Amino acid sequence: MSHALQDQRPQASRSAAPTSLTRGGLPRWAPAGIAVLSIALGSGIGLAFGLQSEIQWGLIAALLFLAITYTASAVIENRRQAKDRIATSVVWVSFVLAVIPLLSLIWTTVSRGVEVLTGDFLTHSMNGVTSFDEGGGVYHALLGTIEQIALATLIAAPIGLLTAVYLVEYGKGSLAKAVTFFVDVMTGIPSIVAGLFILTTWNLMLGFGPSGFAGAMALSILMMPVVVRSTEEMLKLVPNELREAALALGVPKWRVILKVVLPTAIGGISTGLMLAVARIAGETAPIMLLVFGSQLINGNPFEGAQSSLPLYIWEQYKVGSDASYDRAWAAALVLIAFVMILNLVARGIARWKAPKTGR
Amino acid sequence: MAKRIDVSGLSAFYGTHKAIDDISMTVEPRSVTAFIGPSGCGKSTFLRTLNRMHEVTPGGRVEGKVMLDDENLYGAGVDPVAVRRTVGMVFQRPNPFPTMSIFDNVAAGLRLNGNFKKSELGDIVERSLQGANLWNEVKDRLNKPGSGLSGGQQQRLCIARAIAVEPQVLLMDEPCSALDPISTLAIEDLIGELKERFTIVIVTHNMQQAARVSDRTAFFNLAAVGQPGKLIEIDDTDRIFSNPSVQATEDYISGRFG
Amino acid sequence: MASTTPTQIDTAPPVAKSGRSTGRAGDKIFAGLSKGSGILLLVIMASIAAFLTYRATIALSENEGNFLTTFDWNASANPPVFGIAVLLFGTVVSSVIAMAIAVPIAVGIALFISHYAPRRLAAPIAYVVDLLAAVPSIIYGIWGALFLVPQLNGLNLWLDEYLGWTYVFDKTQVGVARSLFTVGILLAIMILPIVTSVSREVFLQVPRMNEEAALALGATRWEVIRMSVLPFGRSGVISASMLGLGRALGETMAVATVLSPSFLISGHILNPGGGTFAQNIAAKFDEANEFGRDALIASGLVLFLLTLLVNGAARLIIARRKDFSGANA
Repeated sequence: MSHALQDQRPQASRSAAPTSLTRGGLPRWAPAGIAVLSIALGSGIGLAFGLQSEIQWGLIAALLFLAITYTASAVIENRRQAKDRIATSVVWVSFVLAVIPLLSLIWTTVSRGVEVLTGDFLTHSMNGVTSFDEGGGVYHALLGTIEQIALATLIAAPIGLLTAVYLVEYGKGSLAKAVTFFVDVMTGIPSIVAGLFILTTWNLMLGFGPSGFAGAMALSILMMPVVVRSTEEMLKLVPNELREAALALGVPKWRVILKVVLPTAIGGISTGLMLAVARIAGETAPIMLLVFGSQLINGNPFEGAQSSLPLYIWEQYKVGSDASYDRAWAAALVLIAFVMILNLVARGIARWKAPKTGR
Repeated sequence: MAKRIDVSGLSAFYGTHKAIDDISMTVEPRSVTAFIGPSGCGKSTFLRTLNRMHEVTPGGRVEGKVMLDDENLYGAGVDPVAVRRTVGMVFQRPNPFPTMSIFDNVAAGLRLNGNFKKSELGDIVERSLQGANLWNEVKDRLNKPGSGLSGGQQQRLCIARAIAVEPQVLLMDEPCSALDPISTLAIEDLIGELKERFTIVIVTHNMQQAARVSDRTAFFNLAAVGQPGKLIEIDDTDRIFSNPSVQATEDYISGRFG
Repeated sequence: MASTTPTQIDTAPPVAKSGRSTGRAGDKIFAGLSKGSGILLLVIMASIAAFLTYRATIALSENEGNFLTTFDWNASANPPVFGIAVLLFGTVVSSVIAMAIAVPIAVGIALFISHYAPRRLAAPIAYVVDLLAAVPSIIYGIWGALFLVPQLNGLNLWLDEYLGWTYVFDKTQVGVARSLFTVGILLAIMILPIVTSVSREVFLQVPRMNEEAALALGATRWEVIRMSVLPFGRSGVISASMLGLGRALGETMAVATVLSPSFLISGHILNPGGGTFAQNIAAKFDEANEFGRDALIASGLVLFLLTLLVNGAARLIIARRKDFSGANA
């Protein structure tokens, strides 16, 4: 996995006479010591100047850490060593800088979410619950999300799979090149643009009202390129000898693909599919334009407005009452759990299936 | 310029696996010493312990002493960066920096180690390329990428890059195994010239090559797969190839195994 | 299907005439289906452009303002007046802030995973970073609005006090930190995982022998990275950044939750206000009449073209890099 260039740093030695190969070195504990010192100084400065946000304390501590490391190394070691140490420090600091907000995001969601997350919350809709009331639930939204992503998967998976098969097994020439390029570009379509597209065609031109199905179509546009990309990667891993062996037996190509190639890659393909599902499960923008949102349970995705988890979070956030914020966080926790479980299962499948396809 | 290497009781590990066991030998300055032996006998691993490159592979660890004249490379306070600056290395596959020009490749080590004036840098680069018998072939295209050269030329570029920083010792890890016979001959000639200035240690799979270029030859062997490699014997090349003192050496040289 | 329906391919040589013709017809159908799917994708892309353009022209023909320079969005009024100047400004500024923060940090994390982290930590960290890419944007949004904004109030005041003379950091309006600057920070956090994981992949592909070349010359770890890793990974990092930029440009919910929108262009990025394409569509959609929707579609078209441009460029860079490294192998 890692290329880590693990040089053991020389330890400081006072006894040995300095020769050409040795040099003065900071002791091993220097980075940790400087880190502790900087955090203490950062907090001290923060307290002394009455800075309110801990973010500022942290930033001050980080800057101090870099400055002290550089100075100490430049004085005791040499400039090249100082540069090396500062690079190491910058890399560590950037890692910590990135981890803190991400941990905070997870922590906030979990700690705020569990407050109202009960069995009732999962099994009730918002029917009859006004914005400022406590109570209510996400049942209708969860149902909507599941129906919408199921429909989206039903549309996107076959198209995505077949396109990948085309690219790997049949595709040559400029058409395949164009498809490859636009699949890549398609992964970058903002979700709201996909929503606008379905709005233009399905709702404005064909005159349909908002429905879960309209949202599912927009989601499927977002999902297709992801499915194509991951399936393509997996099909490329299937060794050519396998195809040739089957073809040499006189089996028609389409049967080779269906019976040999796809089954061999099925683990990786399902992983890719689940990751794609996880990605669209959290999409809000197209749902907002096309599914409209509802407080009630609507089990029919083809008729009338529905809700969905992300949309529910957005609605509750917009209400702005304490009770609705609580509901937003609880729904966020449900959504994050949903997405993470999909991810973990997908990666589990990938790991479980990996040795078989990897050979 | 050149220094003597004195190894005593050296073992190297990959994680818990012992790759070479308890090796002691002396390498004379201004000479060529060749390491031969079957695959997996640890000769390359041993070579990489001589400039502390072994420890950059994950899990790599070394026990024992390597004296460069009177300094232990594994002593306390020794900076591996300084060791590698002093003990240069040429690898099995030519590895010029792909994004750098020929000139920048040769100057790369110098630029790390200090501020040179442009003219000074130019002089050293020219001298190093001449030292590597490459100057006449590349002098008109010093600003072209090094990756545009042929394999043999790339390897000589790597040698020029290594000698530009004036190391004490030059380690070569099967430098010709990826090259055609003509390029191999050019490198072998070059090794003959370089030993006037450097202590050279070369790992080779090719026994004729060892016989042609080296003054001393060390034979490594391993008892069985999974066992650590050992130094069987080291002697003058003539003696190793005519009258070795250990039976296994003779068996290997006469092609009975390996 | 004919009579020979082999259950196991390896025991069924299709000698019978019927078997062979099934093979041919099946091949044609299957090849046609898969080719058709590929073409369908192209058609979808083309129709997105075509239909959005069509509705946009309807909107533009009635627009009483200048689409490019008007600082206003009253598309549902009579006569409609709207322009994208503010949105373009806000989208670009917030994305540029996001890139300026995210790219260096992402390169740092990628290097951390590929070259610095203890090996036992590297794989789990990479895994967690990948998982974080899956966190839905609406969750980043409410976290940004309810947690990050209060936290950043202090930083905003501090920047105003000490860097206010730079004009950019001069906060001339009171109010909480629902500014383009905060949006930029939030977007930076959101695109960190994607930029990190693409960069990390590239850094891991640096041939070991290139790194050893630098090490053997007596390079420190940082010098190895500067001489071997960064030159090799440069184009990869560029394309990773552009993928991140594409996400930042089109992000809707995180911006809609955090920003307090206004139709003003202000260089003071700490002031609350401003807007982005996607945020504006989300905010104005509910109260828009049919014509108002067309106007929003017109702005969506601009966003579409913008992301198309950025993503296309990123892909071309990646493709060129493939050729380059192939020639070098």
